[in-house]
Amino acid sequence: MSAAFHPSDDFLLAYAAGSLDEAASLLVATHLALCPLCRAESERLETIGGVLLEHQEPVPLGDEALTSALSRLDGEGAPPSRPVPSIRTKAKFALLPEPLRTYVGQELESLAWRRMAKGIEGVVLLDRGAARLRLVRLAPSVRIRRHGHSGREMTLVLDGGFKQDDKRYTRGDVAMADETMVHAMEVDADGPCLCLSLLDAPLKLTGLVGLLVNPFLRK
Amino acid sequence: MSGGTGSIGGESVVDDLAACLLRVAEHGDREAFAVLFRHYAPRIKGYLCRLGSGEAEAEEMAQEAMLLVWRKAALYDSAKAAVGTWIFALARNLRISRLRREGRPEIDPSDPALVIDDSPGAEERTATRQDGEKVRAALARLSPEQRDVVTLSFYEDHPHSEIARRLGVPLGTVKSRLRLAMKHFRDLMGGVS
Repeated sequence: MSAAFHPSDDFLLAYAAGSLDEAASLLVATHLALCPLCRAESERLETIGGVLLEHQEPVPLGDEALTSALSRLDGEGAPPSRPVPSIRTKAKFALLPEPLRTYVGQELESLAWRRMAKGIEGVVLLDRGAARLRLVRLAPSVRIRRHGHSGREMTLVLDGGFKQDDKRYTRGDVAMADETMVHAMEVDADGPCLCLSLLDAPLKLTGLVGLLVNPFLRK
Repeated sequence: MSGGTGSIGGESVVDDLAACLLRVAEHGDREAFAVLFRHYAPRIKGYLCRLGSGEAEAEEMAQEAMLLVWRKAALYDSAKAAVGTWIFALARNLRISRLRREGRPEIDPSDPALVIDDSPGAEERTATRQDGEKVRAALARLSPEQRDVVTLSFYEDHPHSEIARRLGVPLGTVKSRLRLAMKHFRDLMGGVS
């Protein structure tokens, strides 16, 4: 089954075009692993890149370019044959599809989780200036009060679920927010929730009180 | 579309290029590689120049990309993508790692954790064989304004702001135009949103 909530089109397009930064790309690619619909869409968009390449105005290379390329092949030998897929089972990192699994690199329990607030822990996976990507886990029924944003916020659910603005997000779903939105969230009561969270800029808070309770502000 | 040259477009040329790639993968065929090189290296160079690389840098990276074509030929799956799309992805990823010094996170098609859609009708919704000709035709049917924002997205590192500057329209206009263009494109491709 495909997810119910997806990254917006501009993210999928930027991912296919190659202009999306690494942190956002990791979140999008992980969603693609969990959402066959977006995977197909992403392949269609990548095909636009192929069509553009075919119609690209050629810029001639130097006279020796092909000779030089062929002589480099001498050092290469024959192209490697297709690797045999490794025999892997879902069990060990079942919650984390590729490419996220490789970025996390170890089992969830052995990560350096840091407490962000009561019932909320996080670990930073990528920190690229403005964009910060974290794994976040939240205890059942945890609530985050109403808050606004000064940039984009993107949350991919990996396990469990939460409710936000009367919508329920579960594994594979992406919740998007930008500077125009003010919302609150509540984790499902029946189990903890594991998410991948992308923040482009620190959250803007609706009130001073928010500063004390909004966990995503802290590094 | 950006400056077509008329040298490609016939399906037979595309089929020939696919056959060449297969010969590279299976036999390490250098002549087949040379055919691919003559066709794609100048286009990759053009693509990189258009994204802002200087002549020398673009040439060096086009060479590098073609070396990757040789090394990875066996990974090409004609059931999944057109040759041009596969080579576009190689060049795009090379540029990301070289110039931005960033990783390019991608799914692993053999990952057992990959979620497969097995519900009725899934085949049509998620068919993976992407037909370049169909995509080209869909692009051609977008309005010029919509086509511009979609194609320019492939030639800018900061697409929205750069496109806004280039077209001389507000950022919000670029975003809404892009949304409409993507919806229109999806409708033309027969996808489900």
